[in-house]
Order: sequence, then structure tokens, then C-alpha cells
Amino acid sequence: MSNGPILPLRLADVSFAAGGRTIIDRISLEIETGPSTIILGANGAGKSVLMRLMHGLLRPSSGQIDWNAPERPGAPRKQAMVFQRPVMLRRSAYANVAYALKIAGIPEPQRGALVRDSLESVGLSHLARRSARVLSGGEQQRLALARAWALHPEVLFLDEPTASLDPSATREIESVIKAFDAAGTKVVMATHNLGQARRLGDEILFINQGRLVERAPVEQFFSKPQSAQAAAFIKGELPWT
Amino acid sequence: MDLIRRLLLLVAWIAASPASAQDKFIVVASTTSTEQSGLFGHILPVFQKKTGIQVRVVALGTGQALDLARRGDADVVFVHARSAEEKFLAEGHGVKRFPVMYNDFVLIGPQSDPAQIRGGKDILEALRKIKTAGAPFVSRGDRSGTHMAELALWKIANIDIEKEKGPWYRDTGQGMGPALNAAAAMDGYILADRGTWISFKNRGNLAIAVEGDKQLFNQYGIMLVNPLKHPNVKKDLGQAFVDWVISPDGQKAIADYKIGGEQLFFPNAK
Amino acid sequence: MSEALSAALALLVGLDSRLVEIVLLSLRVSLSAVAIAALLGLPLGAAIAVSRFPGRQAVIVVLNALMGLPPVVVGLLVYLLLSRAGPLGAFGILFTPAAMVFAQSILILPIVAALSRQAIEDAWREYEEQLRSLGAGRMSAALTLLWDTRFSLLTTILAGFGRAAAEVGAVMIVGGNIDGVTRVMTTTIALETSKGDLPLALGLGMILIAIVIAVNAAAHLTRELAQRRYG
Repeated sequence: MSNGPILPLRLADVSFAAGGRTIIDRISLEIETGPSTIILGANGAGKSVLMRLMHGLLRPSSGQIDWNAPERPGAPRKQAMVFQRPVMLRRSAYANVAYALKIAGIPEPQRGALVRDSLESVGLSHLARRSARVLSGGEQQRLALARAWALHPEVLFLDEPTASLDPSATREIESVIKAFDAAGTKVVMATHNLGQARRLGDEILFINQGRLVERAPVEQFFSKPQSAQAAAFIKGELPWT
Repeated sequence: MDLIRRLLLLVAWIAASPASAQDKFIVVASTTSTEQSGLFGHILPVFQKKTGIQVRVVALGTGQALDLARRGDADVVFVHARSAEEKFLAEGHGVKRFPVMYNDFVLIGPQSDPAQIRGGKDILEALRKIKTAGAPFVSRGDRSGTHMAELALWKIANIDIEKEKGPWYRDTGQGMGPALNAAAAMDGYILADRGTWISFKNRGNLAIAVEGDKQLFNQYGIMLVNPLKHPNVKKDLGQAFVDWVISPDGQKAIADYKIGGEQLFFPNAK
Repeated sequence: MSEALSAALALLVGLDSRLVEIVLLSLRVSLSAVAIAALLGLPLGAAIAVSRFPGRQAVIVVLNALMGLPPVVVGLLVYLLLSRAGPLGAFGILFTPAAMVFAQSILILPIVAALSRQAIEDAWREYEEQLRSLGAGRMSAALTLLWDTRFSLLTTILAGFGRAAAEVGAVMIVGGNIDGVTRVMTTTIALETSKGDLPLALGLGMILIAIVIAVNAAAHLTRELAQRRYG
């Protein structure tokens, strides 16, 4: 029995502090289905922590984080996350994707088709039997996307997925993300790369020093930023926090 | 998990070694010097051939061997320290003591002979001279039969060794072999059983200094551990061994054991 | 020294049946002990690595300290357990290879648990976020990491085997060094030394070292090949 879609996700007055520092400062927002959301900000603005709070890897120091329907423990996850550096097990590419399905409780006979589809969708079918950790950085990140995609999650979080990759690998990753977006998955991606935000995003959430400063559709954000920090950031003048 | 089950089977197979799968066996507590003399290697196969019983010898110092039996961990005791054996019997741990054989002790010493006792026939005199000269003397110090014999000899020689020992008296707390090694290393005197001495290969400058004194004879006794006190004792198999050892057959096997043509043990079961 | 070498070579070339029996028993006992220690110690180490509970640091400190358990003390404790006068005496395994396996398992269990705990904890640092993101529970993740770090765990298991194969204190006391039944390489070396038969003891010692080196070389090779294949 399904609990229904997990979106919208609602954050109410969420703060996160660690080591005496406030990293996220009273953020309230709602993530809806549909447009791909870019979390934009300078390094150290708090993007990664915000992503992890939303995905559930961190618990807020105060405030509430609520999904529309809570995920049942033991059921396949409806949200997935791709990290800046892909973390692969010492197994083949195929086996790494199959592992995600195994954790989700998908019975063995059904896994094969799902794995093959996933690898196909990121263009890694020819490397299925290769050991995952000997693949190139770009290939491993594509594999991470395939693994996240295999369960057809409702929400796909991406934390600066191309920050460690070269331009051609970056292009490949971006085209995969665009394809997932087109297929209906809600994409929530953190980046500090303005060009990438523009290419992939439908709306921008601009984070600065742990606060949500501005939220706007992508073109509006870049042409008419409402806040001084956003304007400075776009111009490239925002100090490294 | 299938992997775990397979691992357990593997462990069981590995651990099951053929020799210990014997079903007719007894555990005999004896002394290190007896085992190292090679006597058991000679007489036990004869017994096993005759009866099909495997004798497993755990070799320790006499004190430890008797303690092992007191805890019920042996079926038969075969040692050479009469007073300790009598005490063992008096405590009710043994059924009956049978004399089996005797060997003798020899006083070993360096060729340099600082106490000037070589070639002597009087052990007591020799010990007195060693003490007077303060010549290095190695003691087993481990409550073994040899150790207790040594202590008894000091006493008979009217020396209270506990009080009168000096730096020349080295208490090693070890078996016969290691103690002989120590004596060889420090050119010292030591009381040893003839059997261990004959097979000992690391002699250095050592040689026999005094032998033949009647006081140096070392009597062996065998006892079945009392099944009334220790119900797990294999009393039939153990009794079979005791009976054989004191029988003409066993006594002959003992007498037949020779090293370099020399007989080590002299059977004297009555 | 050359006397020792020729004594060793004579034993090897002659493939003395007693020698073969002793070596096989040594391997049987120590390998069994390692298998048991691995079966129990690897999951234990992994569980501690991924768990958080009050007193965890103390448990880790104690586990690390137990790696240095003196074999002769373990031998004494196991003897008291297995003696007829002791709680497990009725099983009658004292002075048999089973007792030796039991004692050595206890001796090397802390080594396997402590070192695997360290390896898994290091891996957990790398994998934790990703595995939790995928929805893996802690214990399921621990098992996954056990398999993933299998090659460095092989080194851990070898450390355990080395300790077991080289010790004499525990097997001497609980095995009794019985000729043909519980006599292993280390106890034979002790016996021959105390008989003053030093060349023979040295020869046996060299064989023991050679075996340990061979096992380690095989493991090293395995790790190298695995590293190249799996990354």
C-alpha cells in the first residue's frame, strides 16, 4: 500500500548548527513537483548541508522538515542522492546498481532488467562488467546517476555532481540530468556554477551564509536579481564566506 | 547462511585429526625426564601392540603430574618421588602404589672441577665441597622428582640449603634439559638423571663428576588414579597398563631399553 | 648454524613422516582457530565499527588491549575450564587437538575483531553517507563493508594465523605435547631445545618460519592482484 507522492517537501524554520557555528539559519521553503530546482550559492554558503537536511542524512537542530507522505522504513526509497564524489563498492558497475535494488528489496529475478535499463539510460551498458572503481571519474558519476535512477525515485538530489569533473564529462552528466528531468523526476541540485544553473535549472534558490536570500524562476533571477547578494554573486563579486 | 555452514564443516574436518580419533586410550601423567629419556617411545608401542590401547603421556614435573591427577585429568600416574606419591595415596587420589623400576642420578660438573670432586663416589661429600668452594650449582627448582631428590641430599648432608645458599646456587625453575643447558653455559654443577644425561647433546664442558652412590638411586612408582574419587577415570584400561608395566613382559621391555648400549632403567617390581 | 641447516634439509628431503604429521597438525590447529576467530570476530568488529553506543570507546580500548593476551595465560585459563575439575570437564577435550583449537581461537579472536573494526570503521567513513542514502540499515551496511574490504581483512586474518602458528604457551598447557596426538611445531621445538638437541630445534624453527612466510607471500600476491582488478 503506497502512501502517495512524497512531494511537496516543507521546511519550517529549519536551523542547523555544528561545532558552535550556525550553518543553516532559519530556512523555510517548499519544494514542489515539477520544475527543476537549483540551490545556488558560494562555497561555504550551506548548500551541501541543506541538501543533506532535505535528504534526511542530517537532522535539524531546530525546526521541522516534513514530506507529504512519510517514507515507510524497509520500503524502496523514493528519493535518491548523488554526491560530489561517487562512492562505489568493489564490484562491477552492474553489481553496484543491482546492490541498490537489493537494498530496496526488489527480488532477484526482477533486478536484471532494471539494471540494464539504468545503465542504458546513462550510456554505460558497454562497461557493465567492468570493476566500478577503475572507471574514470565521469564514468563513475554516470554510474552513480544510474544507481540513483534505477529505482525511479520521485526526487533526485544532486550535490555539486560535476564539481570534480572535466568539461566533457560535465556535459555528459548534464545531459543525463536533463533526461531524468524530462522523464518526470523532480531534480534538486546544488551548484555554485552559474552556467550550469542556467542550463539545467527552472527555478533558483539562492543561499547565502545559511539563509535563503532569494527564490525566483531562472531567467528572472539572472536578469533581475532582487537582492544585493544575488546581484553581487552573479557578477562574481560575492566574497568567499 | 550457506557460507557459514560450509565454513563450519570445513573447520570440523580440519580439526578432526586421525591420531586423536582413537577410541581406546588412557592419559598417563609422568615426568619430563622420563619422557625425554625415550623410555616411553620404546615400551608404549609394545603395550599398544599387545592390547590395542594407546597411551598418551603428558609429561610435567613430578609435583605438577600429581596435581594433574588430583584434578582428575589423568588415568594413571607414573613418577619418581616416593614421599609425594605416598601423600597422594594418603589423600585418596590413588588406588595402590607399585614400584616399577629405578634409575640413578649422576652429579654432572665442568671439566675444570672448581670443587675438586671428580671421580668421587660420595655424593654427600661432594655437595659439601661444592658449597664450601662456592662453585656454581644449578638446581631445577621446579618440584620435580629430581629437584626433590636434590633437596633431600642437601638435608642428609646436613646443609640447610634454604638458609645456606649463596649466589653460587642457581635456582632455574626449569626442566632437566633447560637446566643442563644452563649448567653448560655457566660451567656449573648439576644433579641429573642418567637417562637425560646420556641423550643430552649440548654438553659443552660438562662430564659426570660423581656416580654410583646408593643415595643416588631413583625409584619409580606407578598408581591408578582412584576411580571412586574421579569417576571419569578409565579404570579398566588404566589397570591394564599398570598390570602390564609390573608384569614380566613389561619389566623386560623396560630392561631392554638401551641408549648407546647402556641400560638406563632397572626393573624392580615385586 | 650450518649444523642446523643440514639438520633441517635432512628432515625436509627425507619427508620424515613424524615431521609431516607434526606440520600437518600445526596447520590443522591454527587454521581451524583462525576460521573460528574469523567467523566470530569479523561480524563483531564490523558491528562495533558501525554502531554508536555508550561505552563504545572503552570497548574499543579493551579489544585492542586483548590483542596482547599472553598465550600462556590463555592456556592456563582454558586448562582450568577444560580440566575434569572445571566447568567444561565433562566434554573431555583436554589434551586433544580440539582443546588447542579452542585456546588458540580465544587468543586470536581479539586480533581479528580489533583489526577488522579498524578497517571497517575507515571504510564506513567513506561509505556511510552513500549507503544510508540508499536506505541500507547499519548491520546490512556492516556486512556489505565486510565483503567490500575483504582484501585488507585477509591481512587481518593472516595476522591471526601468524600469532596462532607461532605460539607455544597455550597449546603446550591445554594439549600436553603428547607424542603423536598433540605435538605441534612449536611444542616440538620447545621439547627438542630442552633436550639439548639444538640443531634439530633450529631446523624445525626454520621450517616454521618458511611456512609463515609462504602464507604471507600468497596473501600479498592475492592483494596485489585484487587491487589491480577491483581498484
